[in-house]
Amino acid sequence: MKFRNFLLRLADIFRFVIRVIKGFFIPPYEWKETMRQCYIVGNRSLFLIGFTAFIAGVVFTRQSRPSLASFGAESWLPSLVSQAVVRSLGPLITGLICAGKLGSNIGAELGSMQVSEQIDAMEVSGTRPFSYLVVSRITATTLMLPILVIFADVIALFGSYLTVNIFNKTSFQLYFYEVSVNVTYLDVFSSLIKSAFFGFAIGLVGSYAGYHSEKGTTGVGKAANSAVVISMILIFVIDLISLQFLNLFRS
Amino acid sequence: MRTTTSPLERTETETLPQVMASIRELRKSFGDREVLKGINLDLYPKENLVILGRSGTGKSVLIKCMVGLMKPDSGTINVLGKDVFALNARELNELRLQIGFSFQGSALYDSMTVRENLEFPLKRNFGITNKSELNDMVMDALEDVGLAHTVNQMPAELSGGMRKRVGIARTLILKPKIMLYDEPTSGLDPITAMEINDLILSMREKYKMSSIIITHDISSAKHTSDRIVALVGGENRLEGTFDELKHTKDPELEPFFNY
Repeated sequence: MKFRNFLLRLADIFRFVIRVIKGFFIPPYEWKETMRQCYIVGNRSLFLIGFTAFIAGVVFTRQSRPSLASFGAESWLPSLVSQAVVRSLGPLITGLICAGKLGSNIGAELGSMQVSEQIDAMEVSGTRPFSYLVVSRITATTLMLPILVIFADVIALFGSYLTVNIFNKTSFQLYFYEVSVNVTYLDVFSSLIKSAFFGFAIGLVGSYAGYHSEKGTTGVGKAANSAVVISMILIFVIDLISLQFLNLFRS
Repeated sequence: MRTTTSPLERTETETLPQVMASIRELRKSFGDREVLKGINLDLYPKENLVILGRSGTGKSVLIKCMVGLMKPDSGTINVLGKDVFALNARELNELRLQIGFSFQGSALYDSMTVRENLEFPLKRNFGITNKSELNDMVMDALEDVGLAHTVNQMPAELSGGMRKRVGIARTLILKPKIMLYDEPTSGLDPITAMEINDLILSMREKYKMSSIIITHDISSAKHTSDRIVALVGGENRLEGTFDELKHTKDPELEPFFNY
């Protein structure tokens, strides 16, 4: 019975994903609501992402410096930090912060709308709640995550630059020249594509959990909680898959 | 009274079908529990049909099936001559525009003001963007329910009775031909409940619509019904006017009428 329920749930998730993908390509498009959601996604996470990215940049630089210094290779610090930040640290920090902040928010918001029959009310008044509530949110997270990742990368590298400066006076131009020669287009684009998948996963999991929330306040709590936990796990899984895929490219 | 011209205007000469909605052999189970066991009923033009029954007898499930929110296990539902479960998504949406649904908990969109709640279905369904036209329609609907002064308030600032009335106004703004009320007086004090009952009657007169009223409130049933269908154990046990049913000896229904 449990296995049957598991399969039914999988089929339901599959149908949900197909509906979302159809919503991306088949009009009417929810431009206004999508723009509003993009603003909310950016506005809600910008400070938190900037703050954590700055700390990550500082900590990573400080922890890497002694190892490089022991080989007399301190000048490689910008190269090491920039590759770590652009390839992995920036997208991962942004993804995890957004999973916590946005995933729970989407799950709880849609969950409470489901529980209080607001989604049913939209459905019976012919207002197509799926595209209005779900597709717009998933589009917003998918579009905004790469932008937030660029922001996180820049802030983390700035934190790293300040840390390097404590030990060796380095000009801003020199530091970012070192960064730019060591980061390839493949690094940047793969990181942005990966973060778009992170955004899709966060929006999808939050929306699915909220849209299928069980009745009652515990249902809303469970929706918010599973939105965070599952999207965090998915972020690591996507990171791993993208790494394997990129290694094929690089080799 | 304001006058508005909109895609929602209905003409006086518009002919209504002989039966507004017809349900045949409707069955619905949740797991092993069969909630509806072969329900049959018809709704006639401009009629107020009350579905009376204890909690858990499937009354709300019945009207949710009528608008396609739930799918029955078997049976047919014809609304305004259309088989609800044979329609595609677009056709179902079109049909839903002719059916109003007042939810038990009002289901107001709590992130929007009262005005935005009422404008939402108009903008989404008919693309009405003209501010003065929208304002006229919103104010008309709110005046109908006596709550024009709440137009800029948030749902959280309203009392339970006010929320119910705003919920009804949001539904009536689409000028439905059939109105479904899910427990319209539950959780309200007797005076507010009577105001809602009066509102149901006055809206029927104004919009010439047929209504199904789901309730376990016998005074609401008495006040609003032209005909009552009593559900017991997922079946329609009795049918008739309030006066015909009030002397019933059915052990499940007698307590309702000897309140």
